[in-house]
Amino acid sequence: MLSAFGCKESKPDAASGSATPSTAPASQEIVIGHYGSLTGNTAHFGQDTDKAIRLAVDEVNAAGGVLGKKVKVVTLDDRGDSAEAANAVTRLIDVEKANAILGEVSSSLSLAGGRVAQRRQVPMISPSSTNPKVTQVGDYIFRVCFLDPFQGKVMADFARDTLKFERVAILKDVKNDYSIGLADAFKAAFTARGGQIPVEQSYSAGDTDFSAQLTTIKAANIQGLYVPGYYAEVGAIARTAQRLGVKVPLMGGDGWDAPDLFKIGGDALEGSFYSNHFAPDAATAKSQKFVADFKAKYGQEPTGLGALGYDAAGVLFEAIRKSGKTDPAGIKEGLASVKNFEGVSGNISINANRDADKSAVIVAIEGGKGKYRATVSP
Amino acid sequence: MSEFLQQIVNGLSLGSIYALIALGYTMVYGILKLINFAHGEVFMMGAYAGYYSATWLGVERYESQGTGFPLWLALGVLVFSMLSAALLGTLIEALAYRPVRSAPRLTPLITAIGVSLFLQNGAMLLFSPNPRRYPAILSEVRFELGGVIVTNIKLAIFAVAMLLMLGLHVLVQKTWTGRAMRALSMNADAARLMGIDVNATIRATFAIGSALAAAGGILFGLDQITINPLMGVLTGLKAFVAAVLGGIGNIPGALIGGVLIGLAEQLTAGYLSPDYRDAITFVILIVMLLLKPEGLLGVVRQEKV
Repeated sequence: MLSAFGCKESKPDAASGSATPSTAPASQEIVIGHYGSLTGNTAHFGQDTDKAIRLAVDEVNAAGGVLGKKVKVVTLDDRGDSAEAANAVTRLIDVEKANAILGEVSSSLSLAGGRVAQRRQVPMISPSSTNPKVTQVGDYIFRVCFLDPFQGKVMADFARDTLKFERVAILKDVKNDYSIGLADAFKAAFTARGGQIPVEQSYSAGDTDFSAQLTTIKAANIQGLYVPGYYAEVGAIARTAQRLGVKVPLMGGDGWDAPDLFKIGGDALEGSFYSNHFAPDAATAKSQKFVADFKAKYGQEPTGLGALGYDAAGVLFEAIRKSGKTDPAGIKEGLASVKNFEGVSGNISINANRDADKSAVIVAIEGGKGKYRATVSP
Repeated sequence: MSEFLQQIVNGLSLGSIYALIALGYTMVYGILKLINFAHGEVFMMGAYAGYYSATWLGVERYESQGTGFPLWLALGVLVFSMLSAALLGTLIEALAYRPVRSAPRLTPLITAIGVSLFLQNGAMLLFSPNPRRYPAILSEVRFELGGVIVTNIKLAIFAVAMLLMLGLHVLVQKTWTGRAMRALSMNADAARLMGIDVNATIRATFAIGSALAAAGGILFGLDQITINPLMGVLTGLKAFVAAVLGGIGNIPGALIGGVLIGLAEQLTAGYLSPDYRDAITFVILIVMLLLKPEGLLGVVRQEKV
């Protein structure tokens, strides 16, 4: 199947270096391992990312593959658990013989999986983990999204400059590196511009009762509430806030980006804002095509996380094409040289820290759905 | 001040849910000397029974029309969920506990843990592990009293919990089944000699305890907005602590224990740190076991030789 489009580089990469026993089928196809939360509290993240990755892979295979080789995706569910994430990456590398790994959405899980990928020297691209620590794990770990300090700052600037807020409370998830990172960045940027954070409260992922924290927050007389958490808890927090009469807009980050946010939070979220990678209603020709293809294939609109999953796969193919190699070390070198790749979530250049320099959008919630509000460049 | 009162209101409603669940632990312990660790999962299953029956009755249609779910349908959901949980409780008793009833006490305890894990994972398989928003079987009305917000849901939680506990009190004190339960908890062999049907009484105990837990499940869903298959783990443990705090085997004790745990949790989260909200329950348990192991209302029963 590779004869028709055969480039110079064909079978002999079986001898790609060390004694790793790469078997015959591994040399005829490129195996991409994806690990994500297909079930659990953040199930939507993994499912949407997986759908988008499979869309990208189907497209590239229909066009003849990469370097004339077909691409195969193997997806493992980590159930949103860090121990499972590490197991999944181990299995993808040792059993499935993945040439490269894609995943995870959640920063805590990318850290767990990334440590395994780094130790095994297999490149990993996180589509959407925004915590700075993720790519600091080692030189095999990359990402195609912006970072928490930027995302937190974007929302802080928006709250201060556009919404003219002076007093904002923070409610963060203390069990989540992502949430803590965003909260710290928001606080630093907001206070640097003369804003006040009179109260900072916390919860733990999986909690269902937020009334104590919101009662304390209500007494602090604030204009806005920053909740950099994930959608399931954010939806319940919005409802509880409404019930307790906390009548201020909520603000958050890309962890809000899931249809379940509206299912759980409903009208309690009206007038809230969140920062995101991508807004389906403000798109370039390439992203419009992605939204249309995704809808045609799965019958639903992609979220920003889907767009990033698609871009992570795109950047991976680009890196393989650039380096002309399909072995892990070759792909890693290719990834480091990706510059100005046109993704559906914006232009992606991988910098020296293996992070992507990207812009962010602010999404406003109106009429039960997210509407594009503004773009903020780094 | 209004902040403090709000925390108290929230704590009382959470506490009355714990109390409803604690009753099941305490009744089973009183009779079988068994800590039924699967009770938290019966609570979870009860919440899901309410979720599915309300969805089947078209709660979303009523919600989108803005008319609100009719009260008689809401009561129907409550009754259906209590009956399903009673059935589940008696099934668990018949299939898992009865065969090991005469075995050493550790055997049924470990069986209970097994049943609990089985139900948790079965629920994840059946209902998916994703959290779901609880349907609005009571449409929310808010009242503001001097800065304190009270919703009709919180009032319904108190009312339903108190009515059910009153009903249980009457049942245990005034009926034949209740008298048989008390006899059994005092001395199982003597009760059998007096002609009490031991199996039927134990079955009734499981059915009643499970039905109360299911009611707790529905109230919990309404109060906490989302439910998931693991909701019974921590809530069940806290209710168990409530039962121990009040004096395990003691029905009014379960009520007092539940309310105290709910208040302690809410005040800790509000004034100390939300990070300690779960820890405080277990701190209370340890202190109680050190100072008064029989519980607040428990009595030390002398072993007669």
